[in-house]
Amino acid sequence: MLRASLREVSAALKEGHVSPTELCQRCLALIKSTKFLNAYITVVEETALKQAEESEKRYRTGQPLGVLDGIPVAVKDNFSTAGIETTCASEMLKGYIPPYSATVVQKLLDQGAVLLGKTNLDEFAMGSGSTDGVFGPVRNPWSYSRQYKEKLVPKSHPEDEDSNWVITGGSSGGSAAAVSSFTCFAALGSDTGGSTRNPAAHCGVVGLKPTYGLISRHGLIPLVNSMDVPGILTRCVDDAAVVLGSLAGHDPKDSTTVQDSFKPFELPNLTDVSKLSIGIPKEYHAPGLSSEILALWSKAADLFKNAGANVIEVSLPHTRYSIVCYHVLCTAEVASNMARFDGLEYGHRSDMNKSTESMYAATRREGFNDVVRGRILSGNYFLLKQNYENYFVKAQKVRRLIANDFMKVFRSGVDILLTPTTLSDAVPYTEFIKEDNRTRSAQDDILTQAVNMAGLPAISVPTALSERGLPVGLQFIGRSFQEKQLLTVAKWFEKQVKFPMIELEEVKRHDHGVFQHQKSASFS
Amino acid sequence: MAAAARGCGGVWCRVWQCGAGGSAPRGQCSVAGSARSAAVPAGKSGLAPWVPVVGLEIHAQISSNSKLFSGSQVQFAAPPNSVVSFFDASLPGTLPVINRRCVEAAVMTGLALNCSINKRSLFDRKHYFYADLPAGYQITQQRVPIAVNGTLSYSLCTDNKMSQMVTKTVRIKQIQLEQDSGKSLHDDTRSQTLVDLNRAGVGLMEVVMEPDMCCGEEAAAAVRELQLILQTLGSSHAVMAEGQLRVDANVSVHHPGEPYGVRTEVKNINSIRFLAKAVDHEIQRQIEELENGGTVLNETRAFDSKLGCTVPMRDKEGKQDYRFMPEPNLPPLILYDTKSLPANMNHQQVVNIDWIHERLPDLPSVKRAKLVEQYGILPEHSFTLLNEDGLTEFFENVVKHTQMKPKKVIGWILNDLLSYLNQHSLTVKESPVSSSILADLLNLLERKEISSTAAKQVLVELWKGEGKTPLEIVKEKKLELIQDQEALEQICQAVIDGQENEVMAIKAGNHKVLNKLIGLVQRRTQGRSNPVLVKQLLEKKLLE
Repeated sequence: MLRASLREVSAALKEGHVSPTELCQRCLALIKSTKFLNAYITVVEETALKQAEESEKRYRTGQPLGVLDGIPVAVKDNFSTAGIETTCASEMLKGYIPPYSATVVQKLLDQGAVLLGKTNLDEFAMGSGSTDGVFGPVRNPWSYSRQYKEKLVPKSHPEDEDSNWVITGGSSGGSAAAVSSFTCFAALGSDTGGSTRNPAAHCGVVGLKPTYGLISRHGLIPLVNSMDVPGILTRCVDDAAVVLGSLAGHDPKDSTTVQDSFKPFELPNLTDVSKLSIGIPKEYHAPGLSSEILALWSKAADLFKNAGANVIEVSLPHTRYSIVCYHVLCTAEVASNMARFDGLEYGHRSDMNKSTESMYAATRREGFNDVVRGRILSGNYFLLKQNYENYFVKAQKVRRLIANDFMKVFRSGVDILLTPTTLSDAVPYTEFIKEDNRTRSAQDDILTQAVNMAGLPAISVPTALSERGLPVGLQFIGRSFQEKQLLTVAKWFEKQVKFPMIELEEVKRHDHGVFQHQKSASFS
Repeated sequence: MAAAARGCGGVWCRVWQCGAGGSAPRGQCSVAGSARSAAVPAGKSGLAPWVPVVGLEIHAQISSNSKLFSGSQVQFAAPPNSVVSFFDASLPGTLPVINRRCVEAAVMTGLALNCSINKRSLFDRKHYFYADLPAGYQITQQRVPIAVNGTLSYSLCTDNKMSQMVTKTVRIKQIQLEQDSGKSLHDDTRSQTLVDLNRAGVGLMEVVMEPDMCCGEEAAAAVRELQLILQTLGSSHAVMAEGQLRVDANVSVHHPGEPYGVRTEVKNINSIRFLAKAVDHEIQRQIEELENGGTVLNETRAFDSKLGCTVPMRDKEGKQDYRFMPEPNLPPLILYDTKSLPANMNHQQVVNIDWIHERLPDLPSVKRAKLVEQYGILPEHSFTLLNEDGLTEFFENVVKHTQMKPKKVIGWILNDLLSYLNQHSLTVKESPVSSSILADLLNLLERKEISSTAAKQVLVELWKGEGKTPLEIVKEKKLELIQDQEALEQICQAVIDGQENEVMAIKAGNHKVLNKLIGLVQRRTQGRSNPVLVKQLLEKKLLE
């Protein structure tokens, strides 16, 4: 039952095969037994059970609120949740309990979803590994899968076993791990440079970054306001469409959401892709792209070609400037956004009380990790009067060029772009931390970041397992506000590749239900 | 120190007065002044005269129910931190949402100040750390403000008698929308800072005036005119004492023909009177500094109203780089005119400049011209009428209800009503005598039922506010004019009989002495005789 998709479990709830409380309890139990993954920062057992109970009442009276009623979900710990600690995995916000909920959280709750807890991340979502939070790194559930373990070269020292676990990617690693390990049916992440798609790819789940302006950011603690979007992590594309439908639309509290009303949609089963034009951007053949992923990418392209789609190579010439441009724009906004954390109104406050200024300095030194402090410093440097034109304004101009590249390609008739999501499969934690956060982010965001610059929708779809038995995802990029088309194509692809289900001991123990969609042949 | 400032102030003040007499084109006031000043005695060191340059930055709090970017109320003197939304306290994840009313107020003000309204304006973040700025930045309009390139005409008198007015113009560089900060209260004894965020996020219009002024008087007159305009529009209450209008003055001095001097910024000015003083003091201070071989520092100074001088401010921000950045959470602010208004747009969601333009109320200058034309009063009287809140309405109501000519009514309004109110620090609204009561009184006078002396006596009674009508007081005090001509003739005769010397003088041709006899008749009748009639009677008896 826990391994079912959101839509399947929703149907089961409706049929009465399982009750919301039972479902919630099972998820909570699984969260406990997978605690070592460190996917959750906060688990709100009591309120979750209460919400489940409420849902149960509604089902009993035959008045459920919709597909999401009774569905256990998790939310990245950078979304404000009324009455629930919201930390951003930072010392700065430890103990901070927001008095209001983010619009997306409220929408989930209003539709009856059961909020299990808040998921782990890199501090203030700054990172690509989910390794740099104050609560420690998130472990990729696939590290404990039969598929991965079987392929591990047997180590001579059994005590080394613990060093084999791989990272989830990030920064929404907690949410990806939560969905991947079946502790919830959908989770919210955030995506500024790839933070939803990257861990989705590494954890073998679907990660959707909607068009900028489609979903409210109100209550999402910002990283880069002009690029942040709430992300959606689910087991399959259909589920992503369901969650998207429940979250999208204008929010009077977020002036950057579009006014046009949004109509939730169900995804058709595409049978004919021959009218589709799929673009393969050559710049995504980036340095460091593993041959394995390259091979999967061309295989995917062939899949479309063989099904009759028009597959063409396209060029996005400015994409290669995306990362350096992002570095300037991101750090500048970070410097600005982080200015509010001064210890006065909320969050950590240093004991230093010699003067207001010394209190600020100590508070911020104690409250932020090196990554955050480093970005604040660079950002303030770029914003200095003498540097503003040379850095910030230039970066904005380049951003426009990057966005224009996409526009041109789409205007030329391309419907969807197909690219890899990551350069390789997930690396072991011990390997990952050999490089610093900045280097890692620069490398890992390379295939996902440009989309944020342009505000476009993109989705990472689990495609196959690597030789090491770890998930690999491919990315589809669509036109602005054309989520339906994007997800329809992604769903068709998902159906073709038959990505295998993760086989976890813990889950088998907790889930006596049958495999809902046993998968046989896989794509690799 | 204050005395010295005043003493020397005369020197440079005459400099601008020379220019002020002519119709100097805008922006050239100081140049014109200096050109003419060659003939004016120079400063005490005997050098060329100084040309002061004054520019103003004015923050006007927008009169609106809620704040610029949040739904919390705007309320003066509410309990500390009682009107603070999550956004105002900068809780993480909160976003600004612009208040349409604030935009309209800024557009209205821009139009009234002859500005061009930018149909697309932008918001920026201005960063600095301060306890009452919770986000660590202020949202303002640094790059593209909502209104630019306007003008403000104001008048001031060139002498103390208020009889010679000149009209001047100051250019408005821009009007920008921005957030107010909270308030910090420093408790030095306990070395604590208390923060009140009630004001944090209230909408401000920053009006930037070009340095087209050259003395405190001009600055004060310009600000007063702006204040009247804002109050007429209702875009700001603009009460300086309540901090709804805050004025910073940029002041520098230079010799004619030389580039502008280093300027200082004078803050902490909380009344228009102090503005004039602060500017004049600062000009004087700079002149003295320079004439004594010193230099003027580019610094922020505060006006100390008790000492009457400016003092260097403990600079809370130091030399700051504000690290301006576009506000990413607010799309460009788009305004429409009737031509560009999209047909399918919901009118509740757009601001139409033309629509606002058509509904602008009469501005003070227009109101004054109308008063002068309609009632035949002097221009300077129209200024006084507008300067006092409610006085114009009071005047017009009196005029409406009396047969007395407006030209005569204005004398009663300005000399009697206004001076009484001023003496007792009352506003027009608080006047114990209503416009209709005053009209009743003036009607008695106009119908020659009482003398003007008697009318003043009645007014003294009316100020007591006991609810009596003028007629009742007249009856009670027996102040009505003696209508019985025979009785009056007898009184006149009695006076003539008692003043032989005066009668002789009059008969000898000294007609001025007649006034003394008129006075004596008045005294004997306790002011109840009509002086014109008395004069006729006396003349008849003595000169015919």
